[in-house]
Amino acid sequence: MSAATELMNFALITAFIVVAISQMLSMVRLFIGPTTGDRILALDTMVVNAIGLIVLLGMWQGTRMYFEPALLVAMLGFVSTVAYARFVLRGDIIE
Amino acid sequence: MSLFLIVALPFLGALLPGLMNQAGRDACSGVTFMVSLAAFIGLLTNLPSVLAGEVVTVGIDWMPLLGLNFTLMLDGLGFFFAFLILGIGLLIIAYARHYLSRDDNMGEFFTYLLLFQGAMVGIVLSDNILLLLVFWELTSLSSFLLIGYWKHLPEGRQGARMALAVTGMGGLAMIGGMLILGQIVGSYELSVILQHRDLIQADPLYVPALLLILLGAFTKSAQFPFHFWLPHAMAAPTPVSAYLHSATMVKAGIFLMARMWPVLSGTPEWFVLVTGAGLITMVLGAVIALFKHDLKSVLAFSTVSHLGLITMLLGTGTAFGAFAAVFHILNHATFKAALFMSAGIIDHETHTRDIRRLGGLRHLMPITAVIMTIAALSMAGVPLLNGFLSKEMMLEESTQTVMFNTWWLVPALATLAALFSAGYSFRLIAHTFFGPKRDDYPAAPHDPGFGLWGPPAFLVVLVVTIGVAPFLVEDFVKIVTASVLGTTAELPHAYIKIWHGLVPALYMSLAAVGGGVILVIMHSVLQKIWDATPRPEAKVIFDATISSFVSLARSLILPLHNGAFSRYAAIAAVTIIGAGYFAWITGVQGAATRAPQAATPVALAGWAMLVAATFGLVFLHRNRLLALIMMGIVGLMVSVGFVYFSAPDLAMTQFTVEAVTIILLLLALNFMPNRSPVESTVLHRVRDAFVAVAGGFGAMAMAWHYLLRDAVATPISEFHLANSYKGGGGTNVVNVILVDFRGFDTYGEIIVLGIAALLIYALTETLLNGPVRARLLNRVPDQPRAGGMHPMMMVVLTRVIMPVVLMVGFYIFMRGHNEPGGGFIAGLIVSIAVVMQYMASGFSWASSRLRYPYHGVIGAGVLLAGLTGIGSWFVNKPFLTTDFTYVRIPPFEKFELATAAIFDLGVLLAVVGAVMLTLESFSRLARTAHTKDSVHPMDIDPSRQASTEEGA
Repeated sequence: MSAATELMNFALITAFIVVAISQMLSMVRLFIGPTTGDRILALDTMVVNAIGLIVLLGMWQGTRMYFEPALLVAMLGFVSTVAYARFVLRGDIIE
Repeated sequence: MSLFLIVALPFLGALLPGLMNQAGRDACSGVTFMVSLAAFIGLLTNLPSVLAGEVVTVGIDWMPLLGLNFTLMLDGLGFFFAFLILGIGLLIIAYARHYLSRDDNMGEFFTYLLLFQGAMVGIVLSDNILLLLVFWELTSLSSFLLIGYWKHLPEGRQGARMALAVTGMGGLAMIGGMLILGQIVGSYELSVILQHRDLIQADPLYVPALLLILLGAFTKSAQFPFHFWLPHAMAAPTPVSAYLHSATMVKAGIFLMARMWPVLSGTPEWFVLVTGAGLITMVLGAVIALFKHDLKSVLAFSTVSHLGLITMLLGTGTAFGAFAAVFHILNHATFKAALFMSAGIIDHETHTRDIRRLGGLRHLMPITAVIMTIAALSMAGVPLLNGFLSKEMMLEESTQTVMFNTWWLVPALATLAALFSAGYSFRLIAHTFFGPKRDDYPAAPHDPGFGLWGPPAFLVVLVVTIGVAPFLVEDFVKIVTASVLGTTAELPHAYIKIWHGLVPALYMSLAAVGGGVILVIMHSVLQKIWDATPRPEAKVIFDATISSFVSLARSLILPLHNGAFSRYAAIAAVTIIGAGYFAWITGVQGAATRAPQAATPVALAGWAMLVAATFGLVFLHRNRLLALIMMGIVGLMVSVGFVYFSAPDLAMTQFTVEAVTIILLLLALNFMPNRSPVESTVLHRVRDAFVAVAGGFGAMAMAWHYLLRDAVATPISEFHLANSYKGGGGTNVVNVILVDFRGFDTYGEIIVLGIAALLIYALTETLLNGPVRARLLNRVPDQPRAGGMHPMMMVVLTRVIMPVVLMVGFYIFMRGHNEPGGGFIAGLIVSIAVVMQYMASGFSWASSRLRYPYHGVIGAGVLLAGLTGIGSWFVNKPFLTTDFTYVRIPPFEKFELATAAIFDLGVLLAVVGAVMLTLESFSRLARTAHTKDSVHPMDIDPSRQASTEEGA
């Protein structure tokens, strides 16, 4: 195993751990709140971290297959956040 | 003409009256007439071969594994009945054109009539008994529609329901009987079954099969004790009564008995059941008919009585009995249809059918009087009319029939029935047309136009012709009788004659006619006695029976199905756990074929988050918004999990469905309080918790079990993997399964999806048209709302991203066949792109830019997918066979074109339409009166302010 591969593996493992921890911390924030706004923001952060996890998985397994799921989450993930936010602010999300 | 076409024509033609409805009543009835006429002529083209004694058969395999084949046969009996059905049908159509008023929807009427006609022709031409059952049920359904045609009349609806309940029950019984018969013989083809008389009658299951089949025939043909539905079906328009109760529906049971005659008849069981029921029905119907006042009721009970007569003749099991039965079927159809039509004319012109309010009509309606008098005299059995001939034959047969070792029983009852039959026929004439002219008719009676009296007049001409010159039809009747008898018995050598000499039948006939005259003279006295005698009322008994069934069903179902979701879920979960546990302890467990994978720390973290979110959901579920957010986490982590387990298709579907679901639920939450109240006791919750935990462990155990081993030796996935590229032309197995291997399932699913969306639309539309509308419009939010309905940032962002999202959708759709993606995911992506515009720029802004209604998009999708499937028929392949080819357009790489892609486009359209229609329906509910619809997409728009300032 070359040094570069080793370095890559190390970087990937570190990234995995970091993203997983931040995902869990976001979830803790989601639980403790205290306002609904905090929780929605925490969910949005979880979506961002999920993109990170998916991309890292693709790199780890050496496949391009997971790019499109990551793309979809990135492109559409904000829609539910916006919907939550509109609900809190206006009650009616399509008006 | 091919038999297929004769059966298919009425069904295909049933589409036309509805289409021609707008073109006027003449066009509508004309096209119906032409359809029937075409089928009738087609039938006549087969006459030469039938006269030559041949049996015309055609057939294609439908479901050969079940023994259900689309085989038709035309022999003398089938031709005879089809001739009556189509021939009298033509007269009825001509009559109905003038009978129905302008308020009646003629297209609807003729559609039902043609459906019914097709089903009847199907019954009499079927060779396969399972196919016959299909048509049998179709007649029950279409006659239900016809009897209940006047939906505004409660009697019409109740009569239709009663007819459906009784004949439907009989039909169910008959299915059982036919299946037994098929099992005994080993074939469901009539032509085979009819060859196995000895085999069937020697079988121990002969009696059950006979009972079940007779139950079907007796209910359909209104034999005692199922005769009560027929008079109640008289609430139908008269053309329906004339058609159903003279030549078609009620004759279906008779037809069946005649068809099965060679194999079922001749045993003591058959004789006692059929002749017995026929005799009782014959006498009972005739006696009741004498005391009814409604013209159509009299005719209804007389029909019951005459059906009893035919049944009795078939029951004797002799060749002469069958001969007489066939002849009487013909005669009854002619005079009874004429009588019903005449009764309809009287109702039409005088606005009453009550015989007590009529009388003296011979001066006012001479044509109708002549027609109805001749027909009624024929029914009474007066010489030189056709009714006399078959009644004589019946009486003669009755003298040869000995029941319960009593020689006089059958002849006496037959004479009694004939006597009452003459009585009510004479009363019909005397009390309607004779007597003094009255001045209190509800309407001024006069003869109708030719359109109404023409059809019955034609039939009456037949009545007289057959009555005077029976030799004209004798050969035909004998051919029909020969096909009833099959190989079982020799054709009788008798002739149909007017004068038989001084035989017992003549004296009986004389006694009947003479007694009939006396009955009419004494009628007012007899009526008083009849009214004073207590009698069981069929409708009351029927209603009581039905309501006791309903309460029984309620007492069984309501404890299980009380409207509380937690109860259904608990029952379902406990049942499934129990069944699973039973399977587990009784089954054999195979050895594990796979080792568990090692859990990585990251996977464990994801799992821990899923569990935590689920726990959070359980504890926070009373706050509805928080519960939704927790569900969002679960959905997100499940999507990531799908990626982790190398299922990018599932991940994409999961994520897009998640986004749409959250929007839908938020739209719904808008109408609900923020918190759900506590409605259950602690004990309830503990019980539910137990069920839930047990269910969870059960699911886990099953997942664990199947993750370690294959359920079958070679899993189906291996077939899919091996054939996906070779057979379906795609390397993405998931997509090839959806559009190719399981394309038919997918087709069904998009239809279901479309129906669900349309239902949601219909429900919300009903809400908006109902009393709830005011409450919805005046709803005041429970907490203060932030200002700014349509923030500029969001409007701009969503518009910029829209083409990008659509492009991604297109890309995901196009690559679907070979790489993760496909029509379903692409459809969801497109929907989200559109929903963004709704959310950002507002409902009215977005919907005013809508070019095609979402209903249409759903329809286009389903149609496109269906047409793709049908397309493969043109190259002689089964429905939804896909084909593909490779194309190369320089300078691009070679790419693949598959018909599955068009199917997938249909899926995409259906998904977009269904999702958008659902979301739009919900958001329509949220329009309130006090927020006015925004004209502009943005609340604050600098460019607009600038322009108004310039203008000012």
